[in-house]
Amino acid sequence: MARQGNKLDSKKVNSEMFTLTYGALVSQLMKDYDNVEDVNKQLDRMGYNIGIRLIEDFLARTQSTRCQDFKETAEKIQLGFRIYLGISPNISNWSASGDEFSLIFETNPMLEFVELPDNCTNLKYCNVLTGVLRGACEMIQLDITSKFIQDQLKGDNVTELRVKFIKTIQDAIPAGED
Amino acid sequence: MNSSTNTTGITISVIQPKTSILDKPINTKVKHEISINLYALLFSELVQYCQNKSSSVPEFQTKLHEVGQSIGAKLIDINFYREKNGKREIKLLNMLQFIKINLWKNIFGKECDKLERANDDERTYYLIEQDSLVNKFISVPKDKGSLNCAIFVAGMVEAVLNNCGFKSTVTAHWHKGTTYMIQFDEQVIARG
Repeated sequence: MARQGNKLDSKKVNSEMFTLTYGALVSQLMKDYDNVEDVNKQLDRMGYNIGIRLIEDFLARTQSTRCQDFKETAEKIQLGFRIYLGISPNISNWSASGDEFSLIFETNPMLEFVELPDNCTNLKYCNVLTGVLRGACEMIQLDITSKFIQDQLKGDNVTELRVKFIKTIQDAIPAGED
Repeated sequence: MNSSTNTTGITISVIQPKTSILDKPINTKVKHEISINLYALLFSELVQYCQNKSSSVPEFQTKLHEVGQSIGAKLIDINFYREKNGKREIKLLNMLQFIKINLWKNIFGKECDKLERANDDERTYYLIEQDSLVNKFISVPKDKGSLNCAIFVAGMVEAVLNNCGFKSTVTAHWHKGTTYMIQFDEQVIARG
């Protein structure tokens, strides 16, 4: 694809197509793997692959500069959700040390049309997001981890994703070359 | 989560979501949109996953086709409900028009470019799309020349047609962009 100047305002696609494609992917994984934990892992891995590429697009589009603290990072992550998924999760529940916060999703296009059957209660349907965050942050030398602690699909009012800062990665050796 | 099993082996779930999926409005007028880049990356993951799971190109295509089918089957009701008040199409041409115009608009945001019938075979129709959403960022390696990831979309179309009673097979080819070749079963043509 030829680069077209600074035309970075991306085209949009109907979110239903995205929802359905993601749903089909998850159900395919459920068919292929016996263990729900493996599906969660696989989703996280896929998210990671998406994240390490998505961050490039994010930096190019927003002209972001280095974050001064983790609070700023949280806002950037929120902005990312707005750009790519069209939703603004709330940032809340900061830990006292300021290295952990929650993203609260009231709506999420990924959850449209989705209902978990009884045998999938351990499935973290949106687990791809944890991978995306991990991948994207790793590319800017931030080691973070995240997990879902509330899930609308399991009857909670909101979906809550807890994001935790671990460390700044010092030597950025490309994966597989150490 | 807890679940209790009674003597006959039926599992009764104790989870009671406050609002079930059936309580949500089906006709959301507000069109929610997401970035095409994110979609492309997600689709790429799907393609890679199918590729890793298969040992040959045909197997890979079949797999992608199947994933598409599972989506297609789910598109029928909601689209007929929104576009036609729940009334299904029973005539072949109307059905194809519905796919070309309504369905395509709903899922890809634009109509499909062309609908043609093969000159020499009344069972064969072509849906032609200049640049397919799923192929936008995909470059096919030389050793897999005939591979077209729009086979995914072909799977969707096939499932829509088959589940509406128009038995057919749909494949994707590189021709004037992407061409979906729809081959109907004899009986579909015979009943007119």
